[in-house]
Amino acid sequence: MAARPLAAVRRYFGRWGLIVALAALPIYYGISDLTNGYQAGFVAGHAVIHHDLSKLGFNFAEGLSNGAIWALIAIGYTLVYGIIELINFAHGDVFMIGSFTAVGLWGTLGLGLTTGALGLIGGLIVALIITMIVTGSLNVLIERVAYRPLRGAPKLASLITAVGFSFILQNVGLLWRGGSPQSVNDLIRAQQPVFTIAGVPILRGYILAFAVMIPLVFGLTWFINATRAGRAMRATAQDPEAARLMGINVNATISLTFLLGGMLAGAAGLVYALYETNVWYFQGFKAGLIAFTAAVMGGIGNVRGAVLGGLIIGVIQSLSDSRLGPQWTEAVVFGYLIAIMVLRPRGLLGEETREAG
Amino acid sequence: MSELRAQLQEWRSAVDNWLPPWWRRALVALLIVVGIVLPLLFSSASGFMNATIIAVAYAVMSLGLNIVVGFAGLLDLGYVAFYALGAYSLGWFGSGFFFKAHIHVLVSPVASTLPGVHLNFILILIGAGLICAAAGVVIGLPTLRLRGDYIAIVTLAFGEIIGVVAVNGQSVHVGDGMTLTAGNLGISAVDQPYFPGIGSFNLLNLRPWYWLIFAILLVVLFVNLRLRDSRLGRAWVALREDEVAAVSMGIPLVKTKLLAYAIGAAFGGMSGAFFGTYYTEVNAGQFQFGFSIFILAMVIIGGLGSIWGAVVGGLALGYINNYLIPDVLNGIPAKLGFNFQLTEVEFGIFGFLLVIMMVLRPQGLIPERRRRLELTAEIAPADAQLAEAPGTPGDGT
Repeated sequence: MAARPLAAVRRYFGRWGLIVALAALPIYYGISDLTNGYQAGFVAGHAVIHHDLSKLGFNFAEGLSNGAIWALIAIGYTLVYGIIELINFAHGDVFMIGSFTAVGLWGTLGLGLTTGALGLIGGLIVALIITMIVTGSLNVLIERVAYRPLRGAPKLASLITAVGFSFILQNVGLLWRGGSPQSVNDLIRAQQPVFTIAGVPILRGYILAFAVMIPLVFGLTWFINATRAGRAMRATAQDPEAARLMGINVNATISLTFLLGGMLAGAAGLVYALYETNVWYFQGFKAGLIAFTAAVMGGIGNVRGAVLGGLIIGVIQSLSDSRLGPQWTEAVVFGYLIAIMVLRPRGLLGEETREAG
Repeated sequence: MSELRAQLQEWRSAVDNWLPPWWRRALVALLIVVGIVLPLLFSSASGFMNATIIAVAYAVMSLGLNIVVGFAGLLDLGYVAFYALGAYSLGWFGSGFFFKAHIHVLVSPVASTLPGVHLNFILILIGAGLICAAAGVVIGLPTLRLRGDYIAIVTLAFGEIIGVVAVNGQSVHVGDGMTLTAGNLGISAVDQPYFPGIGSFNLLNLRPWYWLIFAILLVVLFVNLRLRDSRLGRAWVALREDEVAAVSMGIPLVKTKLLAYAIGAAFGGMSGAFFGTYYTEVNAGQFQFGFSIFILAMVIIGGLGSIWGAVVGGLALGYINNYLIPDVLNGIPAKLGFNFQLTEVEFGIFGFLLVIMMVLRPQGLIPERRRRLELTAEIAPADAQLAEAPGTPGDGT
């Protein structure tokens, strides 16, 4: 008889545990801001204490826009996992190479702090397209060299080559731009507020992140749902063998998936460089893990889930940065990753893989 | 290619027939003797001796990780956590770090007058093993229900969390002005191993250090060999090959998996404790994700699941990392006109080795017999019957 309430508790946690865990931080800090107040600044040597939710709002705005970048990377993880059930460890480093390429292209295209608005927008769009092509091709190349020869081998094998490629790319980055973070030109003046909603300033960087993310995600969803190639992708994800029998070129479809994932990572790399205004070879490792957490949180294989997960992880990160201190953020994000794995390994929106059925 | 392989196979069986049946044992005994007299051939504080000590300690870690990844098939990407915990066991219990405490057990006369916790190195070694075994179980628990690649990510996350705590441990107070770790400053002035009757070790004479870690390697090797042939070892391999079938044959899943984590972690912790005292400090900067991959590379290059492979992989990468790259080959890119040193790209080199190894020779340098059967498409006729049992090559599990 004792087993039954226990089972009910387990079912409850299975359904709501992750949502409770996700809501805990913002609710706790919201109540804490309202009751205890927070320090909003100094006037004449005295701390100004506010009792409102605008700091929380600021955390959310910052977090969501950061999360838009993570979402773009997370889609790459989720697409690749959906189709060949591999954690593409090198994906974060493809994103890093995207940032480096973008920064290099600004120099080539002559984009600087004095470039006029029209030239800047045109130049950035050109840089975005070229970066996406470069990272997309890089991702296809990685698949061709490191994953395809191991298609039939145990899963462990391709996971290990993925890790190996991640290290190779990091070293390429290290030789390219040195071992410490490099600041780059703040082309769009990312920290400049554009307007204010309820006391929360909306910065240019935020708008940029969403302006790039939303069209790309809609474009991708349209591509997957409406085109022939997208249908081939879905079919291969469901059952590669059957898809092959139906006349789908499975290898080409997998390459296409890597191309799309790499392109989104490249776009994320450009936005990251514009937004954070610094790049370094190690950014990809951290971003990759955060984005993978996001993909798992949303439900791996699920594009909408990856976007949702990215946005949520961004908010968690921003809350932890401003409340606990940035040095703990990594531990908080990984703590959430483990919590997701324990409480709800299928993610918020449910995973769409073969094993999930 | 297959003709060549058949020819090799033929020669091999010819050699096997010609040698007396006890040649393997004789070879092992010979290797042990060579291992013991090796330091007498080199100057007692040479760079080569230093590289050898580090390489042997890596081999111990590699053997530990081989249990988790090779035997049980649980890809652990957070093995650095046990290096960190082992090293911190030494930092906590073998230095003046907890300066408010005064505990001394069987330590050198000098250390027994100093404040802090000072335990004999052997006690610390055992303690590090136990602490890491407990940590291994804690890390293993959430992964029990997960499938292969999720296990990799969860262990990685744990490894990173331990790394973050190590770096930020200076701001975690454990009472009386003492902190959990010394972060990037490092816990320094740790005790050197001391044995009553032998005296205290010092870094001017590296030979005793070598014999100490060599003894640890032999113990760990012996435990590994016995475990592989035990009921538990067979249970690990069965779980690795087919979890559902193994469980339905009555193998206790939870216990078997957790034991793999615990035993693998304990060896990593012992090696970590040795590194703590050998490097004379415990610094949070040592515990990077790259180290987990470095140890994993040893296991892979040696041959997943192969005990002798793990030893060879550990020694090989140890020498490459601490002798070949920094001392011998470091100037080569400069000579070829490139503007970098080889030490800067060492992780790229290891990444490259991993990819090449997996694509060209996934069974490793000294393959485990069972895995060799799985991975080679052309199986010698004599082994064909055996090969049908573990499943067709490349069934993806």
